[in-house]
This record gives sequence, structure tokens and C-alpha cells, in this order.
Amino acid sequence: MSEKYISIEGIARRFPSPDGGVTTIFEDLWFAMKRGEFVCVIGHSGCGKTTVLNILAGLDEPSTGVVVVDGKAIEGPSLDRAVIFQSHALLPWKTVMGNVAYAVRSKWLKWSQAEVAAQAQKFIDLVHLTGAEAKKPAMLSGGMKQRVGIARALAIEPKIMLMDEPFSALDALTRGSLQDEVRTICAMTSQTVFMITHDVDEAIYLADKIVLMTNGPGARIAEIVENPLPKARQRRDVHKHPAYYPLRNHIIDFLVSRSKSFAAEIEALRGAGRPYDPRHPPVARPGIPEPTIAAPVEPFRVSAAG
Amino acid sequence: MIRSVAFRSTILSIALFALFVIAWHLGVQQGASGGAAVDPEYARLVGAAAATGGQTPMPGPLDVAATIWRHFTDPFYVRGTNDMGIGIQLAYSLARVLTGFLTAAAIAIPLGFLIGMSPVVYRALDPFIQILKPISPLAWMPLALYTIRDSAISSIFVIFICSIWPMLINTAFGVASVRKEWLNVARTLEVGHLRRAFTVILPAAAPTILTGMRISIGIAWLVIVAAEMLVGGTGIGYFVWNEWNNLSITNIVTAILLIGIVGMILDQILARFTKLVTYPE
Repeated sequence: MSEKYISIEGIARRFPSPDGGVTTIFEDLWFAMKRGEFVCVIGHSGCGKTTVLNILAGLDEPSTGVVVVDGKAIEGPSLDRAVIFQSHALLPWKTVMGNVAYAVRSKWLKWSQAEVAAQAQKFIDLVHLTGAEAKKPAMLSGGMKQRVGIARALAIEPKIMLMDEPFSALDALTRGSLQDEVRTICAMTSQTVFMITHDVDEAIYLADKIVLMTNGPGARIAEIVENPLPKARQRRDVHKHPAYYPLRNHIIDFLVSRSKSFAAEIEALRGAGRPYDPRHPPVARPGIPEPTIAAPVEPFRVSAAG
Repeated sequence: MIRSVAFRSTILSIALFALFVIAWHLGVQQGASGGAAVDPEYARLVGAAAATGGQTPMPGPLDVAATIWRHFTDPFYVRGTNDMGIGIQLAYSLARVLTGFLTAAAIAIPLGFLIGMSPVVYRALDPFIQILKPISPLAWMPLALYTIRDSAISSIFVIFICSIWPMLINTAFGVASVRKEWLNVARTLEVGHLRRAFTVILPAAAPTILTGMRISIGIAWLVIVAAEMLVGGTGIGYFVWNEWNNLSITNIVTAILLIGIVGMILDQILARFTKLVTYPE
């Protein structure tokens, strides 16, 4: 079990729909993460990515299934799991220092004022915001606001970082430099990261594993793509690696066509004698000779597809 | 350009004021020249005030200025229950307004907080608030006099009842509409209920709460004049009514002006506080 630091076990989320029925956003998701792993989730809007992240954060609850973190089922939010919100969610009446210190104070209630300030300062420096401590969020650019959000999440020294499209509202240059920083910081602290993104290149650059989700409603994990690029990749040459374009094409193919028609693919898999097993979604390693799609280890009955 | 707009608007304000004073002055002189002829013996009998045909002449701006100066130089004299300085009368009114207003704030803000936090309580109390809110505060006066049996406290009660609703409604609304993401930040940081109320919800709702307080104090200052006219004794409202009985129009005009100025100051104080807690997003 030590392999599975985070284990998502058969979670589903259902809402009563306006016509009296039930809308299933996603169902029967199974997925495990190792300690120190960086996982990106890609899928179209409406597939429930954010809901999955909120369930991991403890802000939302699955209709069925559980999420186990470090051997314990999640029951509500925890300081061990820091969230970086898409909209940065800084408290606008607090300064940069105030926002980061608020998180630090929440974690270490008994610390002295000086200890809290020192810890906050350490992480403000880490995200290169030294000098902007006294500024209010309204005076910061989008990139700087998100840096504060990152500093706030890191300052509580969480075991897991959950990021909900943290860079989607930023311009390309700012996004690039923040990706570099997040990569460096996460590697340095060997963080376990679960990140939602729309950006294929971002996922390839940052992630160890990329989870592909089909379109909702009734979304599923279609495939887990293992990133074949070396762990010590650099932004300047990552796109020159022979596996880069096969991997990118694989993900884009999925987003453009396969994400819509995955139900048909399930049928095809069953026809080929390799039934789709939601507990062990197929693993792909595009760009590596003979991409192997791992067969299920033990035969499971596929629950009625869809 | 900004400076020039400020400059020009000041010039225009002064010009309008001068125009108004001149028009007032001319208008009053016209009226005075047409004084009705009265039998001089009757005039001697009923006194000087009635000598102009049983009507007090409308005072001109110069008369009012002289009265204002007189009140300003000696605002706190007491020469009996019906002759007290205008400063003392204003102080009585302000004390009543502040007592009623602060009592209302002490109840409305915590209660509004609870209502705003719970959708169930919000809905349960909404019909009562909707019915009680539009009642003219003076309609409570007889009931207050009957139950409290003290006119001074009754007027404070009327101020209390009129200032509670805007604060209650605004606090509940402000608390209920705190951005979900800020609450989520507090949740992910495992912030306790009390700390969350004071560090997230209160600062987030503060501008709305302060706006409610500003509306309340405005209404309270409107209502105190009428309430004091009813209960009598002391206060700026009683002063106005007393001067009406004295037929002293200059004093009434002076009081009207002062009521306006004090109301503006109260409003500006709360506007200043509102600005302090307002945050740009």
C-alpha cells in the first residue's frame, strides 16, 4: 500500500437534474498516485476535473467511493493538502505578507509573530516577490497574484499540492516562468502534486503522469499516459526530445476525437478481448517504441459501460 | 484638468449660494414693504410682534445670520426649561440618536451575522423583517409610551427601531454573499468557526455592514426631529416646535440649517469609516 500515497477508489458525483432524473458528472474513477509524483489531469470542460480536485481538497464529497490519502480516508479539508485556486482567491483586504502569514498562522497557531513573519517571508522570497510584501492584491499583476497564491500554499509545508488550472489566466510569458518556478520548487521539496490543466504543453513539461478524462456527463478516466521524457527536462530542449511530438500528438488526438467517442472505444476493447477496466485504466507510453497498453492484471467484470 | 474642475465647481457653488441669498433678501424685502395697515391701538394692545398684521415677517438672510452668530457665540446657556442654548438642544438629540443607534448596532450586527450564516434562519426571519421594516418608526411611539412610560426612553426606542432594519438587512446580506472562494481558503486552512467569522467573513462583509450603518444613522437623524416634536422637553426637534410656538422664524431657519449640517457630519463620519474598510478587488 505504500505505493499508493493517494488512492482514488471508485468515486462518482451525481446531481439531481432539472428534469427529475440524475446527472452523473463522472463515475467509477480509480486512480493512484505515488509520493512525490506530479500528475496532470486533462479533459474538456464539464468532465468534472475541478470536482475531483475539490474532493481531494475535502471541499466536496463524492456521491459514492472514497479517496484515501496516506492510509486514511479524506474527511474534509486538511492543512496537509494545500490548494492553489484558479482565481488565486487572495483575501483582498490583506497585504501579500498578510495573506501568506494568515496561512502560516492557521497551521502553527502557537508560533510567535516573528516566527510567522519569518516563515511567510521565506516563501515570499522563494516566489520572487521580495519587496512587494506590503502591497494589496489589487496592486499586483495577475502573475504576481498567482505567485502569492503559490507562496501561501507552499508556506504551510503541505504534503500534497492541489492546483486547479493555476496558470490559465496568465499570459504566455508569465505562465512559462511560473511553470519553471513551480517545477523547481516541487522538485526541490519533492512535493506530490495533482494539477488540472487545459494546456497540453504544460502537462508534458510538468507531469510525470497525465490522466486523460473523457467528456462528461458520465466522464471516466480513459487512459493514464506516462511521460516518457527524462525527469530532468529543460524548457529550452524539451520539445526536441524524440518522444515529445508523439506524446503531444497522442494527447491532442485524445482531446480532439477520442474523448468524445470513448464509449465506442470501450466496445472495441471488449471486442478485442481486452475489456476496459475502470479500476485499471489503460496505461500508455507514447513515443517509446512499441507503445504498450497494459492489460489488466486480473480479470474484472466491466460494469455496464456508460 | 482635475484641479480646474474642482476650482470651477467651487466658484459655481459660491455663485449659486450668493444668488440664493440675494433672491431671499429681495423676496423678503418685497413682502415686508406690503405690510397691512393695522389699527395702532390694537397694535399697542397685542404687542410689537403682531404689529405687522398678525404675521411675523419672514426673516431675511441678515436676520438669520445674526441669529446664527448669536447661537454660535453662546450655544450652551440654560435659562429655564424652555430657553436653552441650541448647542444643548443638539447635544440632547445627538445623545438620543447615538444611544438608539449604538444599541441597534449592538443587536443588529451580531444578529445579522447569524442570519447571514444560516440560510434557514434567513428564510425564517425574512417575513418578519419584511413586515416590520416599512413601518414608520413614529407609529411605534404610542406603543412605546404605553409600555415604557417614559418619554425620553420612548424617543430612544423609536430611534432604535428605525435604525435596526438597514443594519440587520445589510449585515445579513453582506455575510451571506461573502465570496465562496474566500470561505474555501479558510476551509482548506482548517480555520475555526470563530476565527473564520472575524478574519474572513467580517472583513469581507464590512463595507456592506458600514453602508447599512450609514443608512441607519441618516434615518435616525431624520426621525429624531419628529420624535422630539412629539415627546417635547429637550432636543433640536422640540426646539423647532417651541420656536414655532414663539413665532420665531429666524430660530426655526437656524435650527433647520443646523439639523442639515449635523446630519451631513454624521453621514461623513460613517462614509470615512466605510472607506477605511473598503477593499479594492
